[in-house]
Amino acid sequence: MNLPYNIRFEKRSSDNPWWLPVLTAVGSVTLAFIISGLILKLDGGQPLLVGKFFWNATFGSWPTFSDTMVKATPLILVGLACTVAFKMKLWNIGAEGQFYMGAFFASLVVLVPIVPLDSPKFVLIGSMMIMGMIGGAIWGFFPGYLKAKFNVNEIITTLMLNYVAILWNNYWIFDKWSDAGFQMTPMFPKSAWLPRLADYARTYKAFSGITIHLGVIIGFAAALLVWWVLERSRWGYEIKLIGDNPDAARYAGLNITRNIILVMMFSGALAGLAGMSEVGGVVHRLQERISPGYGFTGIIIAWLAKLNPFAVVLVSVLFGALIVAGREIQPSGIANLLQGIILFMVISSDVLLRYKIRIVREEPATA
Amino acid sequence: MSETPYAVEMKDIVIRFPGVLANDHVNFTLKKGEIHALLGENGAGKSTLMNVLSGLYKQTSGTIKVHGEVVHFNSPKDAIDKGIGMVHQHFMLVPTQTVTENILLGLNEPRFFMNMKKLNQKIRDLQDQFGLRVDPEAMIWQLSVGEQQRVEILKTLYRGAEILILDEPTAVLAPQEIDDLMVTMRSLVDQGKSIIFISHKLQEVKIVADRITVLRKGVVTAEGLPIAGMDRRKLAQLMVGRDVVFSVEKKDQEPGDVVLSVRDLKALNNRGLPALRGVSFDVRQGEIFGIAGISGNGQSEIAECITGLRPAQGSIMINGLELANASPSKAIKANVSHIPEDRHRVGSAPDLSITDNTIMKCYREDPIGNGVTINRSNARDYARKLKDAYDILAPSVKTVVRNLSGGNLQKVILAREISSDPQLIVAVQPTRGLDVGAIEAIQTLLLAQREEGTAILLISEELEELFSLSDRIAVIFDGEIMGVVDPKTIDIDSIGLMMTGTRLENIHNQVEASS
Repeated sequence: MNLPYNIRFEKRSSDNPWWLPVLTAVGSVTLAFIISGLILKLDGGQPLLVGKFFWNATFGSWPTFSDTMVKATPLILVGLACTVAFKMKLWNIGAEGQFYMGAFFASLVVLVPIVPLDSPKFVLIGSMMIMGMIGGAIWGFFPGYLKAKFNVNEIITTLMLNYVAILWNNYWIFDKWSDAGFQMTPMFPKSAWLPRLADYARTYKAFSGITIHLGVIIGFAAALLVWWVLERSRWGYEIKLIGDNPDAARYAGLNITRNIILVMMFSGALAGLAGMSEVGGVVHRLQERISPGYGFTGIIIAWLAKLNPFAVVLVSVLFGALIVAGREIQPSGIANLLQGIILFMVISSDVLLRYKIRIVREEPATA
Repeated sequence: MSETPYAVEMKDIVIRFPGVLANDHVNFTLKKGEIHALLGENGAGKSTLMNVLSGLYKQTSGTIKVHGEVVHFNSPKDAIDKGIGMVHQHFMLVPTQTVTENILLGLNEPRFFMNMKKLNQKIRDLQDQFGLRVDPEAMIWQLSVGEQQRVEILKTLYRGAEILILDEPTAVLAPQEIDDLMVTMRSLVDQGKSIIFISHKLQEVKIVADRITVLRKGVVTAEGLPIAGMDRRKLAQLMVGRDVVFSVEKKDQEPGDVVLSVRDLKALNNRGLPALRGVSFDVRQGEIFGIAGISGNGQSEIAECITGLRPAQGSIMINGLELANASPSKAIKANVSHIPEDRHRVGSAPDLSITDNTIMKCYREDPIGNGVTINRSNARDYARKLKDAYDILAPSVKTVVRNLSGGNLQKVILAREISSDPQLIVAVQPTRGLDVGAIEAIQTLLLAQREEGTAILLISEELEELFSLSDRIAVIFDGEIMGVVDPKTIDIDSIGLMMTGTRLENIHNQVEASS
């Protein structure tokens, strides 16, 4: 290789300015759109038209934007669930199962019923939220306990518990609660539906067709809560310390066993809340395949957001848009293509955060 | 006949890092069959220069010749192919693999089948040749630091290194082991190998090296001078550019009440073997109680038992409070501070800021924590105060400690441990691997604590440090205390005998028997 210049990667030895991660994130998403456009162009497509279509289908009008937000809602919550666990380097890949358990426990409120069905809406929904969190937390507790007490690898246990949770749900909806033989429970009473903006269309005309439901508020609130826990609370400091160096944490007198269990439960509760939000706000019944793999997408979202709770919200909206676009644009693979390229770009942009890239002229003396 | 070329000739080497000129036109030569010492303070650019020679970094400009031939290294493999092997200060070993597996790692032979028995024997033969003993079947994590270093040296020898670079090899060794290492180095040189010995320990350099090159802030201050005719004071001056005070001032003072009382302490090491076989001693207020011994004789375990990190049998009383088998948080509550042996792996959280590292032990209490939240601005103020008071060099308290030098990181840890107003400080190797200036700063801080009336348990493998700081010294061998001596009256020879397993009361008899 005899170039007149050298490209050099130099390790950044001092702290990055705050705007650098933002710049690289925005830059890599933009680049991903450009590259996707080029691929479409090479394939004889019209990238600008597709882009316009994409925009119209996702952010173009209030109803489509609302669709995007509805899809983003569970993603925000599972993304936060993964963020919390990953901060402590607990590899919880069981958000999917915790999501299903949250949905199941929330449904119990209506199906058992735990509170009288003619209770006021806030009682029903409040109980569903609490039960959803409990369901997810229980599903986080088992792998957390096994990890803390016996050092059982949480990746394996959380992964396997996903299938247990899905099959557990199936048992109830195929058999016990099946609605006339269909693989779903009967529809929940309206009082157990999370309020949607569309419900107020009679009073406010502008809201008609806006399907955004209470879940999105829960998602935002959860993001705020997770940020506060991680950045401002004493527990968050402990989570970060254990995550960075468990030996130092032990030396500083932290109870690592207890924290592993608590963090797994907190993570599970957030994922469970996502499950509750889906059954209460979108499908309004417990049924098969309420999640098209949200729990796994949550892992990707947490990473793309660099474990920042607010970035989780933004990334979730982007992914929500990609899901909606995949439904609208034919072939639907275009959205997948875009999603894949975004992932590549964001992950490789990490190099820019850790290294400075300099182009230097080769000095003839050394040749 | 023309002059024999140097084994290594580095000319006009410039190494530039972002914002730092690590090496500024450095010249360095190594003759075949010599030990060449490379001396300099931490951050003087010694390791950087050698990382270039071993293929880890590339120089910005300048030429390198090996055996008279110009070379361009793109990776450590290129350097190894030219017979250059480096033993790094921070070991590059896989903890969960055996000694033999680590030595073979990355080699093309054996290709697929590992005949462990044969390979272990091969490693044993290599060990016999150079006198570097370590069980080939042991896992790395089970070994003491000194043993791990031997594995690193074996690794380069196994790769057929002709030129060995030892990056501060003695920093981790006990006196006995240092002597062994020097014998090993001599025998290596006798067998035609050449050694570059990076150090900042002047007395060792004087004993073992043939020639010396001194670096100060990236510039050569002495180039390849013969060691004969150099005295320690002169070397120190070349290194730091000023006169170094070798022994810190220690005031005479009477120790107070007993703070720490250890009775019949027994504990196991990481391999599940007895590390402590009934250790008893007291440490009083305003007293520095030193523990001397060859590494791996139970010193680390004593510190871990007292600070709650290791299960123990027997009794550890701190101000009348039983702490054997207690948790680390109980020890912290009993006002025990701990300066751990490994400041990277135990003492700090590398990716967290200076602030987060300084509040590690006080984040639960006012004014930083109130049980639920952490007051970020109070935490920052606290960290700033410590940064100024302890002269920690860093751009700000937001800097992640991974970016700090060893000396500054140790100051962060010391600041945290001392500022908690401790009753007892357990300091393990507090100055290991630091430069002269930082050592002096750390030792002065410890002595100031002694004057304040704090009880200090000082575990060190530097006899010089133990002698200049301690009021009493216990010598430990194989998990038992051989005797407690007064550094003012004891001679080094007796300490040496005790470190190798002779009890204090038997030393007198031995001397009589031999005369």
